Amino acid sequence: MADSSFDVLIIGSGPGGYVTAIRASQLGFKTAIVERDYLGGICLNWGCIPTKALLRSAEIFHYFQHAKDYGLKANNIGYDAKGVVARSRAVSKRLNDGVGFLMKKNKVSVIWGEASIDAPGKVTVKASKSDAPKGALGAGSYRAKHIIIATGARPRVLPGIEPDKKLVWTYFEAMVPDRVPKSLLVIGSGAIGIEFASFYRTLGSEVTVVEVLPQILPVEDHDIQVFARKSFEKQGIKIHTNAKITKLDKKSDSVAATMEEGEKTQTITVERAISAVGVIGNIENLGLEKLGVKTDRGTIVVDEYNKTNVPGIHAIGDVSGPPMLAHKAEHEGVVCVEAIKGLHSHPMNKLMIPGCTYCSPQIASVGLTEQAAKEKKLDIRVGRFPFIGNGKAIALGEDQGLVKVIFDKKTGQLLGAHMVGAEVTELIQGYVVAMNLETTEEELMHTVFPHPTLSEMMKEAVLDAYGRVLNI
Amino acid sequence: MPTNILMPALSPTMEKGNVARWLKKEGDKIKSGDVIAEIETDKATMEYEAIEDGTLAKIVVPEGTQDVAVNSVIAVLAGEGEDVKAAASAAKGAPPQKATEKKAETVAAAPPSAAPRPQKPSPPTVEAVPATRGNRIFSSPLARRLAKEANIDLNPVQGSGPHGRIIARDIERAKSGKGLRAPSIAPALGAAIAPAMSDAQVRALFEDGSYELIPHDNMRRTIAQRLTASVQTIPHFYETMDCDIGRLTAAREEINAAAPKGKDGKPAYKLSVNDFVIKALAVALQRVPDANVSWTESGLLKHKHSDIGVAVALPGGLITPIVRHAETKSLSAISNEMRDLAARARERKLKPHEYQGGTSSVSNLGMYGIKDFTAVINPPQSTILAIGAGEERAVVRNGQLAAATIMSVTLSCDHRAIDGALGAELIREFKTLIENPVMMVV
Repeated sequence: MADSSFDVLIIGSGPGGYVTAIRASQLGFKTAIVERDYLGGICLNWGCIPTKALLRSAEIFHYFQHAKDYGLKANNIGYDAKGVVARSRAVSKRLNDGVGFLMKKNKVSVIWGEASIDAPGKVTVKASKSDAPKGALGAGSYRAKHIIIATGARPRVLPGIEPDKKLVWTYFEAMVPDRVPKSLLVIGSGAIGIEFASFYRTLGSEVTVVEVLPQILPVEDHDIQVFARKSFEKQGIKIHTNAKITKLDKKSDSVAATMEEGEKTQTITVERAISAVGVIGNIENLGLEKLGVKTDRGTIVVDEYNKTNVPGIHAIGDVSGPPMLAHKAEHEGVVCVEAIKGLHSHPMNKLMIPGCTYCSPQIASVGLTEQAAKEKKLDIRVGRFPFIGNGKAIALGEDQGLVKVIFDKKTGQLLGAHMVGAEVTELIQGYVVAMNLETTEEELMHTVFPHPTLSEMMKEAVLDAYGRVLNI
Repeated sequence: MPTNILMPALSPTMEKGNVARWLKKEGDKIKSGDVIAEIETDKATMEYEAIEDGTLAKIVVPEGTQDVAVNSVIAVLAGEGEDVKAAASAAKGAPPQKATEKKAETVAAAPPSAAPRPQKPSPPTVEAVPATRGNRIFSSPLARRLAKEANIDLNPVQGSGPHGRIIARDIERAKSGKGLRAPSIAPALGAAIAPAMSDAQVRALFEDGSYELIPHDNMRRTIAQRLTASVQTIPHFYETMDCDIGRLTAAREEINAAAPKGKDGKPAYKLSVNDFVIKALAVALQRVPDANVSWTESGLLKHKHSDIGVAVALPGGLITPIVRHAETKSLSAISNEMRDLAARARERKLKPHEYQGGTSSVSNLGMYGIKDFTAVINPPQSTILAIGAGEERAVVRNGQLAAATIMSVTLSCDHRAIDGALGAELIREFKTLIENPVMMVV
C-alpha cells in the first residue's frame, strides 16, 4: 500500500481526533490524522490546558495575597502578565509536542493541511498557512476506508457583539493579553466566560458578567448556581442576569456596551470585552453538502456509534453535537473506532458525562440537576453537605463549598451529583464511576472514604439524602 | 490491512473449538472458498473455508491446539499486494486466547456502516458471554434492586453490560419478557446439588501408576455436561412395553427381497429393524401430539413434526444425528438417510444442524443382546425410546405356551412435560405400529 491510502483517516487532531487515532492504531488500522494548525487542537493550544495554566497562576497569586491567613509573610507581591502568559504558552507547547510524539509512537501518519472529502473514501488535503511539523505528509489526495470528522468548534459570533480581536476578544485573545485590563466585560456565563471572569478578577480587573438567562452557569444545578453567584459577588464580580448586550461601541482603547436588563437600558464602559456566547461546530469546507451528510444547526447528525447518514463517514466531538467537551469527544472517538473494528462497543450514555469549571470556587457536576429530575417527574431524595463540616476543608482554609447528590427515591439510583468548592473537579469522578457501575446509595454508604479528605463530603452528602448525615 | 482469521462459531452455543489440522502452510496463496483448516467442535470436525483471497501470513494457533475461544485470532491473512512479513509480525501481539479469557478485541474489521462481517460459516446468533462464574451472577447493584422490586429472577436475564453483566436496562427489558436466555441448566441449580469429588480425591483412591490418564476430548466433555444437566434438571420416569415383532421381521425380509437392484447390482435399499422403529416412533408422535413437546420456562413447545434423533456409537463417544420430518418420509428414505448420517457421524463430519434439536430420540442396543435398558433424555427433547434385542421368548397365547419374537422397549419421559398416562399412550401407539408394520405405510 502506498502512503496515501489508509484504513482510518481522522480530520482534526484535537483531543477527540488524536485519541481516536491512537485507538485506531492500537486496533491495527493503518491510520492518518489531518491537522491544519496545531496538533492537539483548541483544547491543548487555546482551550482547556492553557486556561488551566493561567488559572493556576491566579490561584497562587491569590494565596500570596492571603499569606497572612496561613501565618505566612509575603511582601511586594505582584505579577508579571507577560510571565503568566509565557508559562501558559509553554505548557501548551509541551503538550503539543507530546501529541506529535504520541502520533509517531503509534505510527499514525500526520498530514498537514485543510482536508475536504470528495467522496466516501477520498479526501483532498490543501496546504494550510501554518508550518508543518517535521515528518508530516503534505497536500495531496488521500484514500481511507473510514473517515472520521473531528474538526471541533469555534467561538460563536452574535450580531452586534462581533469580536474585533483588539477591544472585543474571543478566548484566543483573552488567553494572551499584553496586560491585565483595568475593567472587563464578560458576555456569557458558561464555563469559558466564568473561567476568564475568575482569572481576571483575581488579577485585579473590575469584572462585569452579563448573562441572558436567569442564572449564571446555565447548565448547573440551581443550588450550585446560587452558591457560585454569591461567591463571585463576594469577590467583587458584578453579575447581571436576564440581561443582554445589544451593542458594543468600540472607542480607541475602550468599549461602551449597551445592556438591556428588563425595562432598563444602560451603558457599561470597559477597557476590554470578551465574547463567550458559546461555540459552533466547524462543518464548513469539508464537502459535507455535496456528499449529502446531514447537519443540524451547525453540527453533524450522527447515530449512537457516531456514524453519519453517509456510509464510511463518521463524526465525533464538538462537531457532532453537545455537550461540547474534550472528554466527550475522546470517548466518542474510541466508541466510534471500536465499532468500526466490529468490537462489542457500548454507546456513550450522555447523562453520565461530567462537566468541570475551573473558576474559584471550582464547579463540577454529573447527571441530572434537581430541576431536571423534577421536570422528568422523578420521585427523588436530595442530600447536601457543606464544606464547613469537613475537617480537611477547614485545614486547607477552603471552608466554602457544597456537595449535593440526587437519588431516585424508589430505586436508590444515583441520578446526579453537583459540587462547588475547592478541588471538586478532582472529586467528581468518584460519583461518575459509581453511576457507571449502577451503584445505589447502599454501596456508597458501605464504601470507606479516607480521612481526612474532601472526599468524605461525598459520603456525607449520600448519608444526608437518607437522613443519616454525621458531621453537621 | 491484513485480515485476522478467527475461530468461527459453528453453532449458537459454541464457545470454543480445537484447531484440528491446518491444510495450508504459512506463505501459501489462498483463494476465497479454499479449505484452510479443520476445526473440531464439541461433536464434529468442520472444514473452514477462506472468505478472502490472499496469502496465509501467519498461523497464530498451531494445529492440535485445544479450547480456543470463539473469535480468537487463529491466523492472519495478508491481502493481495500486502507485505506478508509485516502482516505476520503484526500478528505477534495477539496470542491465542483460552476460552476462559474471551476478549472481544479480535473481531475482524467491519465494512463501513455495516454490522460486523460474519466469518464463514456464519453463526446463527452468537450469545454474549454468560456473566456467571460458578454460582455468581454478575449484575449491577441497581439491576439487583430493580429485579427484586419487580420480582424478577436474575437467572434467565441476558446481561448486556461489559462481560455480559446484567445492568438496569436488562431488567427493564425483562419486565416485558424480553432479553431472557433459554433456561440455564446447571449453574442456577448448582447450590442444590452435592459437589462431586475433586480430581485429587478420586486419584487418591488409586495407587500411582495403576492407571493411565486419558484427556477428555470435546465430545466427552459435551456428553458429560449435557447428560449431567439432563439428569439433574429433568425428572425422568420410565415405561417398558414388550412388542411382538414377528410380522415386522417377515415384512422386512419381503420388502428387502423386493428392492430393485441398481447398476452395480446392489439393492436400492436395505431396511433395518431400526428404520422401522424410527418410522413407528415418528408416526406415534403424530398420533399423540401432546407427547411431541419440549419444556421451556415460558411454555411447552408443541412440535408439528417428528424429528427423530438416533444415537450412533463412535469410538470414545456417541452422537445423535436427526432424521427430520420422519413421519413424512418413506422407510427406504429413512434408511438411506440414516446410513449416510451414521457414516458421516463415525467420521465426525456432521454439521451442527444435523445433530442439534430434535423432538425425540431412539437408542438401540439390541445388536449387543441387551434385553431392556433405560436411556437419558437428550434436551430439549422430552422423550427417548430405548430399544432392546428382538429375541425369541416363550409367550402365553389363549392359554397356550408359544414362541414369539419379542422386543422390549422403554420410553423415558420428562415429567415436567409429559405425565404417566400420556407416556403410556405414546408407547401404546408405538406398539400398535411396530406390531402391524403395514399401518406405517399408509
